[in-house]
Amino acid sequence: MDREPRDSILCAALPGAIRLPSMCYSRLESRFSLCASNGFAPMPENRVDEVAKQSVLAVQNYALLSGRAIGTFLQKPRYLADFITQADSIGVGSLPIVLLTGFFTGGVLALQSASTLAQFGAAAITGQLVSFSMIKELGPVLTSLMVSGRNASGMASELGSMRVTEQLDAMRALGTDPVRKLVGPRILATIFMLFFLTIVSDAVGTLGGAMVSIFMLGQDGSQYFHTAYQSLQFADIFQGLVKPIFFGFIIATIGCYYGMNTKGGTQGVGRSTTQAVVVSSVLIIASDFVLSKLMIGIFGR
Amino acid sequence: MATAELTHPAPGSEDPSQPVVVFDDVSISFDGNDVLERISFKVMPGESRIILGPAGVGKSVLLKLTNGLMMPDSGQIFVFGQEINTMREEDLFAFRDRIGMVFQEGALFDSMTVRDNVAYRLIEEHASAQDIDRRVREVLRFVELEQTIDKFPSQLSGGQRRRVAIARAIINKPDLLLYDSPTGGLDPITSTTIIELVVKQRDVSHTTSLLVTHRLQDAFTMATHRFDQEQNKMLPLPKGELDPQTSFLMLHDRKLVFDGTTEELVHSTDPFIKDYLE
Repeated sequence: MDREPRDSILCAALPGAIRLPSMCYSRLESRFSLCASNGFAPMPENRVDEVAKQSVLAVQNYALLSGRAIGTFLQKPRYLADFITQADSIGVGSLPIVLLTGFFTGGVLALQSASTLAQFGAAAITGQLVSFSMIKELGPVLTSLMVSGRNASGMASELGSMRVTEQLDAMRALGTDPVRKLVGPRILATIFMLFFLTIVSDAVGTLGGAMVSIFMLGQDGSQYFHTAYQSLQFADIFQGLVKPIFFGFIIATIGCYYGMNTKGGTQGVGRSTTQAVVVSSVLIIASDFVLSKLMIGIFGR
Repeated sequence: MATAELTHPAPGSEDPSQPVVVFDDVSISFDGNDVLERISFKVMPGESRIILGPAGVGKSVLLKLTNGLMMPDSGQIFVFGQEINTMREEDLFAFRDRIGMVFQEGALFDSMTVRDNVAYRLIEEHASAQDIDRRVREVLRFVELEQTIDKFPSQLSGGQRRRVAIARAIINKPDLLLYDSPTGGLDPITSTTIIELVVKQRDVSHTTSLLVTHRLQDAFTMATHRFDQEQNKMLPLPKGELDPQTSFLMLHDRKLVFDGTTEELVHSTDPFIKDYLE
């Protein structure tokens, strides 16, 4: 039978999950008569409540998946081999793009900021600006966006393919919890590796800024590194290293969520992949704002 | 031919007087559309029950309900005497150790070799590599695919993939086997080899089974043939004889419209069943 179950695989796995039968919802009576009178095709009368219901259900399923995945970290069996495989794929596999992105971002940051700073006679603090920007913002955010593009899509397509070919059901039928075996290791590996990838990106970005400052703008190297290093405080480093933990969690959970809830064959896999990248990227940027505000509130810088 | 170990029932097999599977007034719907409505039937130990019905009638859903992969909206499902629709998913993972399932397209893990697919349960149980190899070879010999042990599913034909899926389902000698359209999408000759394997499993291991199909010829082949272990092939039963352990269920329009033996099925006066059989 080709039809998808009413509830997601997750609701089947979680008897406590709230199920939302469509009949329980009072239908909105608004008919969108304006659309009809203007010559547009009338929207289905239950469109708004259906969309609202699906949105609530999606958030619920996402929260349940995340919660269950975290719960699996605390209990056996643990899939160490799967964690190492994923860490290799996510961490080592993403290294080239993270290196390139970090290096050129640092470089362009130096290039753009140096001319503006020079107008105020402050070209000497180019190093400080690059290291501040890289470590607090651009390192974590750009690395996460790169990893999101590469790995959230990978997770969504891999798990999505498994879903549509019944491999996830087969795994459950063989007595293995897919959340424990597939989702848990991916979350841990993404958080773990993104933390170190961010450090690498910060370092390479600062180095890229240095290359541009020294070889293209003719600045003094020791001054660049001195200002880049001396101006940094614990709060800046802490802020830059807390973010990838949250971003890693977002990338993996969103990728796995869309993968495990894929519907509609190979076309559905493509849709899940796109949605995973878009949603995780938006969430990364949005949560970056919230985290930055929180950190500035706590540390005052 | 395979192996003594496969011919013996698994330890802890069920009480012969108690049904292995009981559906009691089970209903399920998707998105407000009823798919199965008030389904009730039993499967006794050693029985092979064939679920017939047109495509899209809910046959696969019925099997997934039996394995706890889906939960009903109402009614009760008992498997080995336990009400599975009230069990937690964590408990179901352990419970499914006694149930083997063959999925519609095989559902083999495409990133693993045939060996790792077939040995999946054993690897999860941390069995020794020697034990895994021995049991995988034994069960692949049973499905006559020993030479494919190091291949990936993408290197196998459709029929071979189903046979590997059967090997994966029977490696731990389950007490209940669920076949979800094991011949779906296969040519008639390959279908017969798969059905021969199902009959072999039925007559060699005497495992209780539920088989979903919409192909009448497969269903009647099962009812009219037996597996001869000496000749290692499927042979027709003498004229007029039918396998007593094989019986039928038929679904139509969300409901169970038939529950009985082969004889009762072919002599049914129900217009839908007559139409379906013709």
